[in-house]
Amino acid sequence: MKAKLLTGAIAAAGLMAISATANTAHAGTLDDVRAAGELKCGINTGLPGFAFTDDKGNWTGFDVAYCRALAGAVLGDPDKVKWVNLTGKNRFPALTSGEIDVLSRNTTWTFSRDVDLGFTFVGVNYYDGQGFIGRTALDAKSARELDGASVCIQTGTTTELNLADFFRINKIDYEPVPIETNEEARKAYEAERCDVYTTDASGLAATRSTFPDADAHMVFPEIISKEPLGPLVRHGDDQWADVARWTLNALINAEELGVTQENVADLAKGSDNPEINRMLGSEGSLAEMLGLSTDWAVNAIRAEGNYSEIFERYLGTNTSLGISRGLNALWKDGGILYAPPMR
Amino acid sequence: MSTPALNDKGEQFDVRRLLTDERSRGIVLQLAVLLAVALVIAFITSNTLANLQRAGLASGFGFLDDTAFFDINQKLIDYTSQSTFGRALVVGFLNTILVSALGIIAATLIGFSAGVLRLSPNWLISRVVTAYVEFTRNVPVLLQIIFWWATLTALPKVRDSLSLGDAAFLNNRGIRLPAPIFEPGMEWVIGAAVVGIVAAVILGRWARKRQDQTGQIFPSGWAGLGLIIGLPLIVYFLLGQPLEWDVPVRKRFNFQGGFNITPELIALWLALATYTGAFISEIVRSGILSVSRGQSEAAFALGLRSNQTMRMIVIPQALRVIIPPLTSQYLNLTKNSSLAVAIGYQDLVSIGGTILFQSGQTLEVVGIWMAVYLSLSLLTSAYMNWYNKRIALVER
Repeated sequence: MKAKLLTGAIAAAGLMAISATANTAHAGTLDDVRAAGELKCGINTGLPGFAFTDDKGNWTGFDVAYCRALAGAVLGDPDKVKWVNLTGKNRFPALTSGEIDVLSRNTTWTFSRDVDLGFTFVGVNYYDGQGFIGRTALDAKSARELDGASVCIQTGTTTELNLADFFRINKIDYEPVPIETNEEARKAYEAERCDVYTTDASGLAATRSTFPDADAHMVFPEIISKEPLGPLVRHGDDQWADVARWTLNALINAEELGVTQENVADLAKGSDNPEINRMLGSEGSLAEMLGLSTDWAVNAIRAEGNYSEIFERYLGTNTSLGISRGLNALWKDGGILYAPPMR
Repeated sequence: MSTPALNDKGEQFDVRRLLTDERSRGIVLQLAVLLAVALVIAFITSNTLANLQRAGLASGFGFLDDTAFFDINQKLIDYTSQSTFGRALVVGFLNTILVSALGIIAATLIGFSAGVLRLSPNWLISRVVTAYVEFTRNVPVLLQIIFWWATLTALPKVRDSLSLGDAAFLNNRGIRLPAPIFEPGMEWVIGAAVVGIVAAVILGRWARKRQDQTGQIFPSGWAGLGLIIGLPLIVYFLLGQPLEWDVPVRKRFNFQGGFNITPELIALWLALATYTGAFISEIVRSGILSVSRGQSEAAFALGLRSNQTMRMIVIPQALRVIIPPLTSQYLNLTKNSSLAVAIGYQDLVSIGGTILFQSGQTLEVVGIWMAVYLSLSLLTSAYMNWYNKRIALVER
């Protein structure tokens, strides 16, 4: 009798659980974000230029700007974002579990992440590549001369895998020194626990900019990998992926069309360029197709400006990072940044 | 035609009695609790599975056969970036065992010394030990790990390494020691050492037996030590010193050759040993204090010297009090070793974390972590319980 009761209980529990999950099946991330009134955005724990706190303690930077634009597009207010700081290791579980709605944390678009881990990359906002930084006093001017060196790496990143591949292919030995965060890796490198530190070239420029003796360090000429960085969302919610993708495309197209943070409000009233009009909502019904309010792109651009403005503000040659546009220039300026048309 | 069910007192069954009768109320309540627990577990399981399925994530342990593609700096078995995830986990597991075993040995030595010394009549010694115990016990172990790591990485750089006879080197990338290279003939030396150990054990048994029978004391400790060291040493020189040393040589970036003990391992080991050692010393102190003073007074009256009294009268009795809490300290040390991740010592958690990230198999990796730490803890307790039974007071 007792045994029967128990099986019955478990069966009932199973049934209840199944129905419960069926009930909570997603109404869609877009609706969830609207209902919550805030966008949960995953960003770095701290990387100069990409995600850092300003003197008022607010998160700011290149990756942060994207989420602010997305919040502008969806909620009409770029400040309605809840920041979740994530390390290289815990960023993916955070997105899978729904702790965040979008991950904007210099994450490389790779096959296995896209296909196997169940994510959708919505585009590339920074074309990067892995490099090395070392002291100029070091007896090596190229990464191929690093035989026997100690190399600091951030664990849980593609750089860890590229590094192993690079040294294996070139048949040279090294001592990997695994570190959890960019900040700790920087400290270990400064303490000379390792000879060189390797990460994406943008991260190297960011790290070098924080050294008091920046001139004593050099970024090696080799770029050993392709690292297309971009925002990503969970796989399977196409509507939300579209919103995230076209917000990014709007920022890039805005640069191409000359729409800036300053003139976007004026241009939204109507201009003689039909492409601008379609994007900013005075013509056509793009917003409706996306399920957003008519001024979604206006709000996205108003948050931090177009792609160029965001890049120059946080990473450009006038900042301490001093990164030139390079590959990240628009296609018509010699780069490979190219957003599909908005029509 | 059914007759109403009767309970064992022969009374007619009544649903209301289920809650008023003390015994049946107990059963009903327990069933309710059981049901609730089963519901919660079933909900969590099915919800997780459903979510995994929806996210398109495969579950299972097949990923352990996939190629790892990342490197590990401290490996006790052969491992390259071409090995599998499963092998990487084994490397991490062995690193956990290494630091835990080293830590347990050191913590026991530190703990017993500190426990005895804190009871020393010498004011200075007992106060110094008290300061050590109170300080390390009351600072979080994570901070101590980071403290030791910071201290070790502040050591001289590679180019200014401190050297010991140009054979061993100390710098902020660890300790580089010469590695022994065995040449033909060395197996005889090792054989001689084994013979020496066996002989020492036999000698010790014989000496104890003789003392039991005749009361005469034979210095078996010194004789045994002589056997264990002397015998292989004689063979070693007779065979013309069949041992070479691979001495580290300074190259462009690092020393090459010999073997390196990383600052991460040393920092973790020192922190765990001193932290747990402080707790063990308190356990040892309480054990010694629990032995009634009459015991040592009686031993002195019989003419035993004070170190004999400690070794033969007090410690054996104190051990009965010491062993059970000591076990839980060993378990704590093993579990605390997972804090290695903070300084980049590649233990099971650190490597598991990398695998978790590379493969996306969160639940499986977390499951492996829990299973490993659980089995390690259960094994340690099983051994300590066996040891405890062996030394426990035999009641007749």
